[in-house]
Amino acid sequence: MTRSFLTRTPSLLIFITCLAIFTIFVTLAAHTGLISTSFVKTLGKTLCLCLAALAMDLIWGYAGILSLGHMAFFALGGYMIGMWLMYARTEEIVVASLMNSGLPATPEEIQQGIASQIFGVVGASDLPTIWSFAHSLPLQLILVVALPGLLALIFGWLAFRSRVTGVYLSILTQAMTLALALYLFQNDSGLRGNNGLSGLQNLPGLDAVSQDSISLWFFWASAAALGLAYLTLSWIVSGKFGSVIRAIRDDEARVRFLGYSVEGYKLFVFTLTAVIVALAGALYYPQAGIINPAELAPIASIYLAVWVAIGGRGRLYGAVIGAAVVSLLSSWFTGGRAPSIPLGFMTINWVDWWQVLLGAAFVCVTLFAPKGIGGLFDHFAGLHSPDRKGAPLGPDQGSLQEKEAIE
Amino acid sequence: MRFLLACLLALLCAAPLRAETAAEILSTNAALVEKASRQTISPVIDALGASGDPAAAQVLESWGNKGLGIRKSDGIFFLITANEGGYALRDLTGAAAGQAAKSDITELKPNAGVRGMIATALVQFTLSDPDATKRAAALDSIAKDPKPEALAPLRAAIPNEPDATLKAQKQRLERLLTLRFDPDSAARIQAINSFGADLGLDLRGALNPLLATTKLAAATPPTANIARELKPGRDLTESEAYDLLVSANLAPARLTIAAARTALIANLANGAVGGVPLADLNTQAARDRAYTALEAAGTVPQAATDDEAAAALKAHHFYDIYTEPDPAVTTAASAALKSIGHKVAAMQAADLALDGLSLASIYFLAAIGLAITFGVMGVINMAHGEFITMGAYTGYVVQLYVPNYTASILIALPLAFAVTFAAGVAMERLIIRHLYKRPLETLLATFGISIALQQILKNVFGTQARPLTSPAWLDGALSFNDVVSISYIRIAIFVLALLFLTFFLWLMKRTRLGLEVRAVTQNPTMAASMGINPDRINMLTFGLGSGIAGIAGVAIGLFAKVTSELGTDYIVQSFMTVVVGGVGNIWGALAGATMIGGLQKLIEFFNPSNTLAAQTYMILFIILFIQFRPRGIITLKGRAAGD
Repeated sequence: MTRSFLTRTPSLLIFITCLAIFTIFVTLAAHTGLISTSFVKTLGKTLCLCLAALAMDLIWGYAGILSLGHMAFFALGGYMIGMWLMYARTEEIVVASLMNSGLPATPEEIQQGIASQIFGVVGASDLPTIWSFAHSLPLQLILVVALPGLLALIFGWLAFRSRVTGVYLSILTQAMTLALALYLFQNDSGLRGNNGLSGLQNLPGLDAVSQDSISLWFFWASAAALGLAYLTLSWIVSGKFGSVIRAIRDDEARVRFLGYSVEGYKLFVFTLTAVIVALAGALYYPQAGIINPAELAPIASIYLAVWVAIGGRGRLYGAVIGAAVVSLLSSWFTGGRAPSIPLGFMTINWVDWWQVLLGAAFVCVTLFAPKGIGGLFDHFAGLHSPDRKGAPLGPDQGSLQEKEAIE
Repeated sequence: MRFLLACLLALLCAAPLRAETAAEILSTNAALVEKASRQTISPVIDALGASGDPAAAQVLESWGNKGLGIRKSDGIFFLITANEGGYALRDLTGAAAGQAAKSDITELKPNAGVRGMIATALVQFTLSDPDATKRAAALDSIAKDPKPEALAPLRAAIPNEPDATLKAQKQRLERLLTLRFDPDSAARIQAINSFGADLGLDLRGALNPLLATTKLAAATPPTANIARELKPGRDLTESEAYDLLVSANLAPARLTIAAARTALIANLANGAVGGVPLADLNTQAARDRAYTALEAAGTVPQAATDDEAAAALKAHHFYDIYTEPDPAVTTAASAALKSIGHKVAAMQAADLALDGLSLASIYFLAAIGLAITFGVMGVINMAHGEFITMGAYTGYVVQLYVPNYTASILIALPLAFAVTFAAGVAMERLIIRHLYKRPLETLLATFGISIALQQILKNVFGTQARPLTSPAWLDGALSFNDVVSISYIRIAIFVLALLFLTFFLWLMKRTRLGLEVRAVTQNPTMAASMGINPDRINMLTFGLGSGIAGIAGVAIGLFAKVTSELGTDYIVQSFMTVVVGGVGNIWGALAGATMIGGLQKLIEFFNPSNTLAAQTYMILFIILFIQFRPRGIITLKGRAAGD
């Protein structure tokens, strides 16, 4: 008996409906002035983070590969779109200023003007080769997908080929993102060193449109991307492919002996998630307005894993919930709006103590609630964990624990 | 003193000067002295210096310090000292000569240029001063600012130098001055060759100016000391070569884009320039056309086209010309510099090896605790970096209460061990114990601890860097010569790393605890059935690893700034060290640290301005290295390897 796709993934319809209602609500609230433009941006950015967490869940929750470097792809996607935004925006400014200089500008002069505008801050005046495609939106959009995809493909191929697994792979991915961050921190890397790219919230050619509308457009785009990705990933994990990668997570050796190309599956998942994360980054940074190499710090990628763990790994909606809850709470606590708690001998000021709370909460989730927030849904749905007397599902490091699994 | 001056006199009086007393010289040249200027006064100062009069030094010194005056009534010079009633007078030999009212005396106020000349003249006296420190100071001042005039007095001051060290210094300085300033070419070459491959910075400082070159463009080979001929396009860019031609007035200036623009805008008439409509001037080709039209009409000056520029380049030769005219000297100097260069390269390699070794010992110290927890127990401790930070802060707190730096470091080392040992044991009991066999979960849980600890440290100690001062006997550096040196702090860290290596080996191979740790590592179940308590062993091992991190923190804090992010800077490198070295083996950690430290210094050597790039390439190299040895440099074999 084969069940249809929708019955196999009951959460899909609920999730899409919730997302649609949420989008409509935010749109209406923004139009009536109930929520501010900056909050719409925050929500849009949160949706992008949810999208990245979704990809992280696919690779960690389903394939058991704890990558601590996926935020590198997120930032790379942002850099790629940021290059076009910055180039096109600067071109407008340069053309306008050359208009008043007596002679109509030659293409070389415009090029020179853009280069010195963008790179004056790092003391250079030539456009580096990696900016060769920055004049064209379609080419740069291709790069958003192609560059992180290619990097993930090469790195994944090298790593999986030599059977690097478990914590070794985690450390290696962490090293990858650190190397990339250090490289981008250099002024001669061609991406403005630690100044990063800025002014990305100003879309070229859309000066007439207010930031209110642009933020809403990006919010819709982020919501659409999240919905689409959820649909695609649900379809992927509910089919045979999903079964194979779950099997790799729990017992890689057995899957290999059954004749599956484990490395091929892993490489596909690694590259696919890198591309999804890069797209999320390309949607995120125009809303954030600025990107710099600090975004690639290893800690950012570990936070991605933290969101998935708190939401509940191995279930797609868990990742989305985890990312949304933690990042929104984080911006609430660090925004200084959370009330301080006076303890008599000292005052808990949440701007200073939020990280401590997050760390402690995270340790507690790991120890006592491996299902994370997703466990609540199981509880209400009457689903139970199997009773395996504490044994994990498989011998591998990424395998699900007994308490994480559902019977 | 008198004898020395007589010697000076004998040497210096090749100049046709009649020996006079200082007073005579001054009175003969009274007008000059009174209105002393840089251009005119030099014969007088020279004469004073060469006079042989024992009073000359005193006179010159007083003159420089505005202590020389003329009595207006009879024009006699006196040494003057201002007091309440005007000036106390002494005659030029220093004997008291009464008192004079302020209005009777013209105080001489030499300007800065003259004072400089006086100071130079005084050098010859200070070089033979009875006070050794003054002689050394005079030598330093000559070495800092070598001048041809200093050569003669210096030579004169050598034979009677009683102090052997100072004499050697004088002789060395004399040769350095000779090779630069001696009029006799053979003497200079001999001085250059006398040094051989000496590594002193002063020698290279003296030789390099001899080889200074300037670029020159000429149609025929010039009669000068030519270093080499330059080919445009190979040794210098064509635009540089053309600029040389322009500056030598051998070719007209080339038209720059900006100049063309200005000319075009200036000749804009009726919406067109030179017959080309303004709207069409948006390409370089159209602008060139317009400019050529203007040239033809004669409204703008002729500018060289690319063809003309190329022809001009072809018609001329370009040379590097030594500013030093004597070819024999430049040849000897470049030969000497070359042999020095070889020796310096060898010494730099040695210095690099020392640097690499000291970086390796830092990484080893930071990683050894991790090698124990990760290698021996298979537990990833992301909070290891925070344990390092805690150790450094422990040192800082101890220094708040114990002001003696030596004592405070001696107290801080065991105390840091105790603090982080306790923290490690607490963490193992509360969290890690529940997560054995779940390395990925351990990684994430310890990361939670790490961010919480880091924030707590930040809240307690603030964000600014705290000082952890090393004792005075660790200041400075042990330098073998001008190239190879290593600071004492780094030697201390190297010794500390060696101590820990020995301690760890002793602990693991020679003690009951080490035996039990090895047993639990290899097979916990079997170890438990032999009466070993694996829980206790795991707890102690983890505590030990954390405690060593604390001690590493004190050592690192001595040379890095102590902030709450201190450990974060070392954590990834520490992981790399353990992974590259091979898990579960102290020798692996050692090999990994040596490789990473040495390699990082080597990459930095090739690109010294850019440590970021060095770290990037380092990590790329490690990622590739893991391809070929996925289990690290030193791998466990047999059952203990786990697979």
